[in-house]
Amino acid sequence: MVFEALETTGGYWSPVVWIIAFVVAALVAYILWGMGNRQRKDGEQGTPFLSGHPGPSKEEAHVRAGNIYWGFTEALSGYYRWMKKIHTGIVNDYVLWFIGMAALFFVLIIGLEVIA
Amino acid sequence: MMEDLLTHAPALLLAIPLLGAFLTPLIDRVNKKARSAWVILILVVTQFIMMALAWDVFTQGAHLYTMGAGDPTSTIPAQAAVPVRIVLQVDGMSAFMGLISCTVSLAAAIYSLAFMDRESGKGRFFTLLLLMTVGMLGMEFTGDMFNLFVFLEVLSIASAGLIAFRVYKGDAIEGAFKYIVISTLGALMVLFSVGLFYGQYNLLNIAALANVLEYTFLDKLALGLLIAAFAMKCGAVPMHMWTPDAYTVAPASITAMLVAASQASLYALFRVCFTLYGVTLNLTTVGIIIIALGLLSMFVGVTMAIPQKDIKRLMSYHAISQTGYMLLGVGVGLYLLSKAEFDTYGLRAMEGGIFHIINHALYKGLLFLTAGAIFYKVGTRNLEKMGGLAHSMKYTAIFFIIGALAIAGIPPLNGFASKLLIYESAYQVSPILSIVAMLVSILTLASFVKVFHSAFMGPRLDISDNREVPKSMLAGMAILAVGIILFGLFPDWVVSHLVHPAAQALADQAGYIGSVGGV
Repeated sequence: MVFEALETTGGYWSPVVWIIAFVVAALVAYILWGMGNRQRKDGEQGTPFLSGHPGPSKEEAHVRAGNIYWGFTEALSGYYRWMKKIHTGIVNDYVLWFIGMAALFFVLIIGLEVIA
Repeated sequence: MMEDLLTHAPALLLAIPLLGAFLTPLIDRVNKKARSAWVILILVVTQFIMMALAWDVFTQGAHLYTMGAGDPTSTIPAQAAVPVRIVLQVDGMSAFMGLISCTVSLAAAIYSLAFMDRESGKGRFFTLLLLMTVGMLGMEFTGDMFNLFVFLEVLSIASAGLIAFRVYKGDAIEGAFKYIVISTLGALMVLFSVGLFYGQYNLLNIAALANVLEYTFLDKLALGLLIAAFAMKCGAVPMHMWTPDAYTVAPASITAMLVAASQASLYALFRVCFTLYGVTLNLTTVGIIIIALGLLSMFVGVTMAIPQKDIKRLMSYHAISQTGYMLLGVGVGLYLLSKAEFDTYGLRAMEGGIFHIINHALYKGLLFLTAGAIFYKVGTRNLEKMGGLAHSMKYTAIFFIIGALAIAGIPPLNGFASKLLIYESAYQVSPILSIVAMLVSILTLASFVKVFHSAFMGPRLDISDNREVPKSMLAGMAILAVGIILFGLFPDWVVSHLVHPAAQALADQAGYIGSVGGV
């Protein structure tokens, strides 16, 4: 049957059950949302309050790709510095990595067996 | 009629796109519309034959085809004791990969009809596209090592030509140059390995070689070279650096094809490990090597994707990261191949890895096509210069969301099902493997949230043409999006009818050897 659950190592996965659960959860959320206080979206209530300042335009407020996850890349700046260093963009370096890895595989295949 | 078609299907699947490729430039000189119709017709016919062959392989068993033999199933000529002619051997794994290659090729060709309308030289473009299809199918169907090398070369040269297709852009030439240099070196390693086998055993046929392989010092040398060559071609870290350079600059439809091409190399890597060497090799050592490559690829791929500002470069690093999942899943299977646990969770891990191959071809192909659609509209790949595209490109935005959720493993899309199989099986070997895999999924989602926010959200862009991309581009994306949704909704059907036969065929070295009579 096409709708049967997929057996995994530790249990099963059924998209049909998941979709039913999702629809029920969405319905509950919608009902709860509907019971809330209805706010007006126009006028003062609809605009962000920035200590009385008018605030930037939508164009200026749109966060650009370079600024998203700045904190993540800054926290891992040491790792990224190293990564940039090895991603030189020079084909000679690509070849070196390639040949180096081929040699490493060979050493591992031979060497680990000798140790074993 | 149908029986004859199925008997000759392995050869026809190479001959038809090959004939299509050679006739395309001629038809192009006569009529441009006829050329486009011809290319689509060839790929539709190829897809139809591939589906029929795959169904037959999954239900009736492997197909053998000996080129030049009166009886195509007779692999050994009367005057010889071993298979000496070119043999195509299509088992469950080959058929599975063939389906991926044909589907992606068809979607890419349909998408290209409108996507490439501003370019000249489309006769050459479609010729090379068809040759890429031949290269992929040849690698997946061949039953001998030398032809594996030949088709690898066909694929690499056609790919390099297409990466450099926009010759007026310097970075396209640079990307293609890097690709062809590193690919040629990889192909030389494969050729050298073939020479080592031929020198020792006087054989090129994979089944015949697997039957007599003694795992000598030279065989180990060949194994190291083959793992390096195919791992590099599939973009495994740290041999991945050509991938973002080439994927980024190729036309978007070709980038989707390059994903399928990388998977053909991944197939070759698995075929070498499981079928050519099989239980003769040290499964623990090689299994750990493949798992380590998978972990490195997953982590480095996704962390390098996060800071990218070029949409296609970002997606290229994700392609590397997703290849890591496949290496991890199938690597766990290889590690456990001769152990009792193989039947309990080793095979499940392989199924996860193999299921991820087809899922990745679908959603990564789709994501690259959406990136191409954005480039078609905005004229830049720079995310900093995009925004608000969901206002004018509603369908592209929906296709992007489907692809992004699938690659991040969000249920109920297809990426979740294959990742779940990998997480649970890899956990039995070491919880660390699953933890890294899950962490990578979270970072993948974060990365695509960034792309969606930068490209589709925010105020409307000031572009002259505010319409959606042409219908043929949408059709190419729709083919892949429908596949993602169907594979997500019916994972059990896909696993039991497509993935399980493929995983079993890959793990069954004795069956592969035995199917070539007289070996």
